[in-house]
Amino acid sequence: MTDALFEYAPAPESRDLVDIRSSYGLFIGGEWVDSLGDERGKSINPATEEVLAEIAYAGQPDVDRAVDAARKAYDSVWSRMPGSERAKYLFRIARVIQERARELAVLESIDNGKPIRESRDIDLPLVAAHFFYYAGWADKLGYAGFGPEPRPLGVAAQVIPWNFPLLMLAWKIAPALACGNTVVLKPAETTPLTALLFAEICRQADLPPGVVNIVTGAGGTGQALVTHPGVDKVAFTGSTEVGRLIARGVAGTRKRLTLELGGKAANIVFEDAPIDQAVEGIVNGIFFNQGHVCCAGSRLLVQESVEAELLAALKRRLGTLRLGDPLDKNTDIGAINSSAQLEKIRSLSAEGEAEGAARWSPPCVLPDRGFWFPPTLFTGVSQSHRIAREEIFGPVLSVLTFRTPAEAVEKANNTPYGLSAGVWTEKGSRILWMAARLRAGVVWANTFNRFDPASPFGGYKESGYGREGGRHGLEAYLEV
Amino acid sequence: MSERLAVRKTYKLFIGGAFPRSESGRSYVVTSAKGDFIANAARASRKDARDAVVAARKAFGRWSGATPYNRGQILYRIAEMLEGRRSEFADEFEGTVRRTRGKDGKDAAKRASDEVDAAIDRLVWYAGWSDKIAAVHGSANPIAGPYFNFSQPEPAGVVAVLGPTSLLGLISTVAPVVVTGNTCVVVCERAPLAAITLAEVLAVSDLPGGVVNILTGHLAELAPWLASHMDVNGIDLTGADERLAAECEVAAAGNLKRVLRPGQDDWSADPGVGRMTAFLETKTVWHPIGV
Repeated sequence: MTDALFEYAPAPESRDLVDIRSSYGLFIGGEWVDSLGDERGKSINPATEEVLAEIAYAGQPDVDRAVDAARKAYDSVWSRMPGSERAKYLFRIARVIQERARELAVLESIDNGKPIRESRDIDLPLVAAHFFYYAGWADKLGYAGFGPEPRPLGVAAQVIPWNFPLLMLAWKIAPALACGNTVVLKPAETTPLTALLFAEICRQADLPPGVVNIVTGAGGTGQALVTHPGVDKVAFTGSTEVGRLIARGVAGTRKRLTLELGGKAANIVFEDAPIDQAVEGIVNGIFFNQGHVCCAGSRLLVQESVEAELLAALKRRLGTLRLGDPLDKNTDIGAINSSAQLEKIRSLSAEGEAEGAARWSPPCVLPDRGFWFPPTLFTGVSQSHRIAREEIFGPVLSVLTFRTPAEAVEKANNTPYGLSAGVWTEKGSRILWMAARLRAGVVWANTFNRFDPASPFGGYKESGYGREGGRHGLEAYLEV
Repeated sequence: MSERLAVRKTYKLFIGGAFPRSESGRSYVVTSAKGDFIANAARASRKDARDAVVAARKAFGRWSGATPYNRGQILYRIAEMLEGRRSEFADEFEGTVRRTRGKDGKDAAKRASDEVDAAIDRLVWYAGWSDKIAAVHGSANPIAGPYFNFSQPEPAGVVAVLGPTSLLGLISTVAPVVVTGNTCVVVCERAPLAAITLAEVLAVSDLPGGVVNILTGHLAELAPWLASHMDVNGIDLTGADERLAAECEVAAAGNLKRVLRPGQDDWSADPGVGRMTAFLETKTVWHPIGV
């Protein structure tokens, strides 16, 4: 960092809060069981490359057991339980999450690489809020607009990504359980630890065995789970590429499917926007969680008349971002989650330069060990460039310009994705005019990357289908 | 004096508000239940299907941008036009079914007129939904922050409809798709005459050209092209058999189309909102609050 305004002393969060076992089994039927196979993998700390734990890669026989346990719990307990009782279990889980929030946040940052400031202040409060929100729905489903007594679907197979491990778990499990389904959830192979700790939380809450089952593993485990004939519902969050494979896999069956996939969101700044506020929003839009966000504002569309002013302010701001130890409370940008993801970000960024865009990063010292990528922005980007079309899923911003609102809409919608968009202007009527024309599931005005359990989230076009959050999120788990 | 020789109608396709023949020059024979020749229907090709998608895409902006009130007016207008041509539909329907009494004791003529009446009533029912679905399916969301957060349904875009075999089925699949602002391409194999006569009604009902495009032809030939078409946003598989439906669902994954699988449809039952919501997106807007 140059011209640092302040000297920061390290302020690391204590690691002693968490107790990581050297090896984990699978959580099936309320018990920890060993995998029937012998395939195992390692979860590492992406900031240090230290091995955290060995985890089982569940095979077909393990998935069979988990689905059986979920079915048994569905038939004998969960689907018969009054909604008011299900609600109380979910409230209990929400409370235990709050009680153990610091522990969960530290574990999340260790396993994922995200800054503790984000896991502590954003992920964990949203996780608890999500369980609270859907707990309240469990005994009010008849008022949700899906008929007087909507039925659950049965056993839900849920596969979640590594960018928000515990938050995505909450988005999947809370509405499923509230509606009366039981679940088999597979966390990502690089970030399984908070889901495994969540299994302990289910035990603390006395959740009936088999209502929540956690199977760890990689793509093979996920495939065995979503194609399992005993599953009634598949919910997936992850890449569009894998989403397509899953959609093909469930074709011709009666399984219900919701997909929350990739994005290439436009963050549109008009000349009348509050520039300082917009700069914060742009930073939050693309550098939040190292840009590992499906709805990240990865395309900045700035009105030509304020381009120079905005870019100067943005570059100044990027110069103050602190990259480093995720457990340090001062850290803004943590570690890239895996070497594979780092390689993808590097290769697409190199492609950006090769295609003629100008690359810029603030002076930034990267730690020697671990996976790191500096905050990066590209100017002179055209719509045909790969960095303007493909999801990079890293701290890389592509800057494009526009002259008229109509041109902004045209460029923003020129993508096969349609998850989110941002609009920055002081004019309320323009916000609504733009919002009506942007083909995206979430439109943030004068803000970005905000989430709330009461706010439905999900994409248009190739960003997937179905909504998570709000009343709309119930539809994915009810017979409607 | 001999009996007057009837002037027969040529049944063509309906694309972008016009009535072209298939570019392939092909046709197929439509017969009565007894096997007598009734007409040659145009047999649409892949190229016709692609042209129809282009027409539907072109119409989407204006139709989805029209006020819900206006869309409701136009759907109601279609019902009015249908009402005026009840007998033509009933004759066509009667011509293609067996002239024996059904289990319900109704003769062919009675069944035909009941079918047309139900189709008209169904259209009136859906017309009324245009300015109500957002009130039922949208919401103002009580979030924790200084934003007015609201969700509203929006049409998915261009929808392919693999049409069922009756006028009532046709109306029951097309009306819920277009009333919310989608545009569509309908493929109709086994009730081509009703479909094209319906097109003639649509053409004089203030419905902008391209909102509904109707192709007659072989479902198995056309459906896979529409299912894999990258500029189609959704597909209703109602008219497909199990094997074709599965094949189309696999193809539809290419651009993650919204898929409505075939079910046990009872066209006389309360339709519910499911056929509308199947092709609706939900958009959530965070609008800032401040002084």
